[in-house]
Amino acid sequence: MNLRIATRDAYGEALVEIGSQNEKIVVLDADLSKSTKTSRFAAVFPERFFDMGIAEQNMMGTAAGLAAAGKIPFASTFAVFATSRVMDQVRNSIAYPKLNVKIAATHAGITVGEDGASHQSVEDLALMRAVPNMAVIVPADAVEARAAVRFAAQYQGPVYLRLGRPKVPVIFDEGYQFSFGRPTVVKDGGEVAVFATGIMVGVALEAAGILKDQGVDCRVLNVSTLKPVDPVALVEGARGCRAVVSAEEHSIIGGLGSLVAEAFGEHRPLPLRRVGIPDVFGQSGAPGELMEYYGLTPEAVARAAREAVEMAARL
Amino acid sequence: MEGNDYSGLKEKANIIRQHVIQMTAEAGSGHPGGSLSVVDILTALYFQVMMVRPEDPRWPDRDRFVLSKGHAAPALYATLAERGYFPVDELKTLRKLGGRLQGHPDMGKVPGVEASTGSLGQGLSMAVGMALAGRLDGRGFRVFALLGDGEIQEGQVWEAAMAASHYGLDNLVAFLDYNGLQIDGPVSSVMAPEPVREKWEAFGWHVVEIDGHDIGQILGAVETSLKQKGCPSMVVAHTTKGKGVSFMENEVDWHGKAPDREQAEKALRELRAL
Ligand SMILES: Cc1ncc(C[n+]2csc(CCOP(=O)(O)OP(=O)(O)O)c2C)c(N)n1
Ligand SMILES: [Mg+2]
Repeated sequence: MNLRIATRDAYGEALVEIGSQNEKIVVLDADLSKSTKTSRFAAVFPERFFDMGIAEQNMMGTAAGLAAAGKIPFASTFAVFATSRVMDQVRNSIAYPKLNVKIAATHAGITVGEDGASHQSVEDLALMRAVPNMAVIVPADAVEARAAVRFAAQYQGPVYLRLGRPKVPVIFDEGYQFSFGRPTVVKDGGEVAVFATGIMVGVALEAAGILKDQGVDCRVLNVSTLKPVDPVALVEGARGCRAVVSAEEHSIIGGLGSLVAEAFGEHRPLPLRRVGIPDVFGQSGAPGELMEYYGLTPEAVARAAREAVEMAARL
Repeated sequence: MEGNDYSGLKEKANIIRQHVIQMTAEAGSGHPGGSLSVVDILTALYFQVMMVRPEDPRWPDRDRFVLSKGHAAPALYATLAERGYFPVDELKTLRKLGGRLQGHPDMGKVPGVEASTGSLGQGLSMAVGMALAGRLDGRGFRVFALLGDGEIQEGQVWEAAMAASHYGLDNLVAFLDYNGLQIDGPVSSVMAPEPVREKWEAFGWHVVEIDGHDIGQILGAVETSLKQKGCPSMVVAHTTKGKGVSFMENEVDWHGKAPDREQAEKALRELRAL
């Protein structure tokens, strides 16, 4: 499919949709509403939109208060400023009391591009996964992003929704159903299972094509919920496969790679290769160049899958 | 020495503005508006006020400058290059993969960059730390910092403001780039910081208000600030976002968008005609 839509655009669109269905939806932003696309909601429901200025900690605390008083706040800014910048407000004001705040973080990962490391979140999933009560959702495309926003609006409790800046291929058709807490198979295959999240799902599907040409039968799974996840269900997703790969636009520490390693390590040890950012900060560059530089390409995923299969053969 | 018309410094500022346009155009992204508004302050500091040794950028007694509003990196890089910290030719590598001139300043990469900034609201705290260290070590260096008027919405700025006056840091002079705009619109309509002067005064700072594009006033403000004993100083610099380029001036859209080739040419023609 050639259609490309940024998940942040899908978010902005979905906000207007849920806002018109539910009066309790309120939206907060921290001087980035044009970039996060909350400006769309602001244009339609100005009285339910609060620009909190460049003050993310206060935004999170205010969102907690709104939720405590019965509203369903969606708080948005770039992923770096929605996580590490406000970690204690998220932990103590939102997650600990299990308040109904939705943190919709855009410009996640390295595909922020030219702004560089200060604006690229390579650790946001690790941080959010570690916080009790927090649900962590990473849509793979615009269709899933819209579904995830609808899901978050009706789910009771704090949610971290990870969205991206660039236009990315649309993978799912409108018949798609959001599956909370369970990986879904997006391409079947029997030898090696690639667990991917976010924009790496599309990349993994391309990798599967490369692998097919090389005689490797690869399954691709979309892990759009990083938490809560039933580890047994996750492991079952690789049933019949000899090896597994994780693929994420995030550090290999603490995100999907860790989730997969934890689940398989405890429930069904299998050779594993993790594709992700190797515990370094990002840097300035065009998004495509950075994906190449950090090895987040179909070729790199295919190579990791072959290595995992070879490792299995040696065991 | 400069004559009273500061023609040398003005010329330097104009060259730096031209670099800002060329760099962001070449990069295809970046922040021209907030870079152009701080050029005169940077020029006055680096070419008149600050004691630095570009050939020995880590000289322990150097004056320090912290660009807290890190998105004005193009203006800082252009100033540092013109001051001799690295070749002017390198400016065209702004925001390019593998280069030193990251989208936001990286103190580990660029000679002359004193603090890694980009996440707003953090620079003044680092400046406070430098000023405390300077005093502890009995060194006479001064610390300068530059903040945006949207940036002061961050709570950390006021934590730093409290600390600076609590510790009586008279070796610290901060500038507020009071250009009236942030990303979502005018600062006064997004999250009004007014009254700015009274806030800093209430936090124990000596405050001077100036035209931030008037080199004489900038130099005068630094001079009176450095004479203060026992308190930090804030220079509230009234500025114009996009200063020097007619179609960028006071336009919120030019916050974070690079000029295309044609726009860059037009901007450069205007600047060269000044
Ligand atoms: C903590 C943080 N939040 C948000 C941003 C995104 N951002 C970059 S510049 C900017 C607006 C800055 O406005 P101001 O301080 O007035 O700067 P200027 O007008 O001088 O460009 C914002 C919100 C950021 N860099 N850091
Ligand atoms: Mg401003």
